[in-house]
Amino acid sequence: MDSTVTTGVEENVWGGGNRPLGASYGKLMMWFFILSDALTFSGFLAAYGFSRFKFIETWPIADEVFTHVPFFHGNYPMYYVAFMTFVLIMSSVTMVLAVDAGHKMKKNSVIWYMFLTIIGGAIFVGSQAWEWATFISGDYGAVETKGGRILQFVNADTGERAALADFAMTLPDERVVHENKNGIWFYDEGYQPSYSVNEVLEGFKANSNILVRTEVITEEGVKQVLSRQESLAKLQNATQVVEGANLIHNEYGSRLFADFFFFITGFHGFHVFSGVMFNLIIFFNVALGTYEKRGHYEMVEKVGLYWHFVDLVWVFVFTFFYLV
Amino acid sequence: MAHAHKLEIFRGLLKFKSNTQKIWGVLVFLTIVTGIEVALGISKPTVLTHNHVLGMKVLNWIFIILTLVKAYYIAWDFMHLRDEKSSLRRAIVWTPVFLVAYLVFILLVEGNYIHNVIQDGFMTWDFN
Repeated sequence: MDSTVTTGVEENVWGGGNRPLGASYGKLMMWFFILSDALTFSGFLAAYGFSRFKFIETWPIADEVFTHVPFFHGNYPMYYVAFMTFVLIMSSVTMVLAVDAGHKMKKNSVIWYMFLTIIGGAIFVGSQAWEWATFISGDYGAVETKGGRILQFVNADTGERAALADFAMTLPDERVVHENKNGIWFYDEGYQPSYSVNEVLEGFKANSNILVRTEVITEEGVKQVLSRQESLAKLQNATQVVEGANLIHNEYGSRLFADFFFFITGFHGFHVFSGVMFNLIIFFNVALGTYEKRGHYEMVEKVGLYWHFVDLVWVFVFTFFYLV
Repeated sequence: MAHAHKLEIFRGLLKFKSNTQKIWGVLVFLTIVTGIEVALGISKPTVLTHNHVLGMKVLNWIFIILTLVKAYYIAWDFMHLRDEKSSLRRAIVWTPVFLVAYLVFILLVEGNYIHNVIQDGFMTWDFN
């Protein structure tokens, strides 16, 4: 198959006239890009590994962080991410089928398969947005100590996690809200957690079946649960209530975990989003008959390479973020 | 290029009649591998989490190996590296393999070292 731009016969190696390694100019350039992008992602994942090794015995356990499935209540670790992985692999398959149909010059099949690929990509990006929203809004809530450690709570009877709302007391509020009309220079107070440290502390004292769970991972591979005495002592150092996760505070444990989560899945999600955009452009070109006129569907193959690469990266992100 | 597809996977163990069939075959294989990963990730058998090979849990070795297997089939069959010239294939594969192995080795060793320093080198680093 010839490269897209043909300007007569040019057999000069450096003139782009022949095809080094049997691949056209466009495909080679796409491979160059993919390789450099692969190295970028590897850099991020290696940095994740570095930070994780640094804090190996206090790192959050992914199974306990990502436990939600849309429209279902309860504890379903992994299922939704597995579904997302499957969606992405599936959209990779429709992409290969589009490329294959392109080789056979079947315009209508290419249109159809490109369409399915775009839908798959959109479902994936949507799922990732949902995953982010769930992660940010948080689950059970926790308190953060002076030293920046996270203390979570468990129910001693069932051994399950206890949400702040399950035991925290509601005390009469001594906070005075600063209002716009009283201020010379007014700042909105912004987001406030549902409970104050004091309310959590009083609630903890009143409920003898609640225990503190620290970030430390024990020999058995589960998070350490303190006794009632140790819990009370630890809670003396609590400085603030943390609900959900952002770049500075993270109720699931190490804040670096949240930082890497946002950074790596965000960067990947941006790639998927760009991929959907590229696929859309190519989709319209196919529909308008551009490649039919050109005589070949190599552009479909090139965006296909990018699309598969996005899938490939996700396979690694899935392993190193959710499984290992 | 791709007009002559190589239609066998698993070193010729499985041969397909057409490229389309091969694609579906690879999808089935990738789905099975992902299924195994998720099943292991949820059940976490103690045999695999309490035994270590080269300082890493057996379970994590399984995950990493299965990931590389998946990556191989995505690159070979979806990105049709299988149909490209071997020179192109080698240039694409070995470049990142060496660079990433090098980077990962350095960063993990360094991370582990810092972990040890935090653990043993200070009176405390966690001020509660």
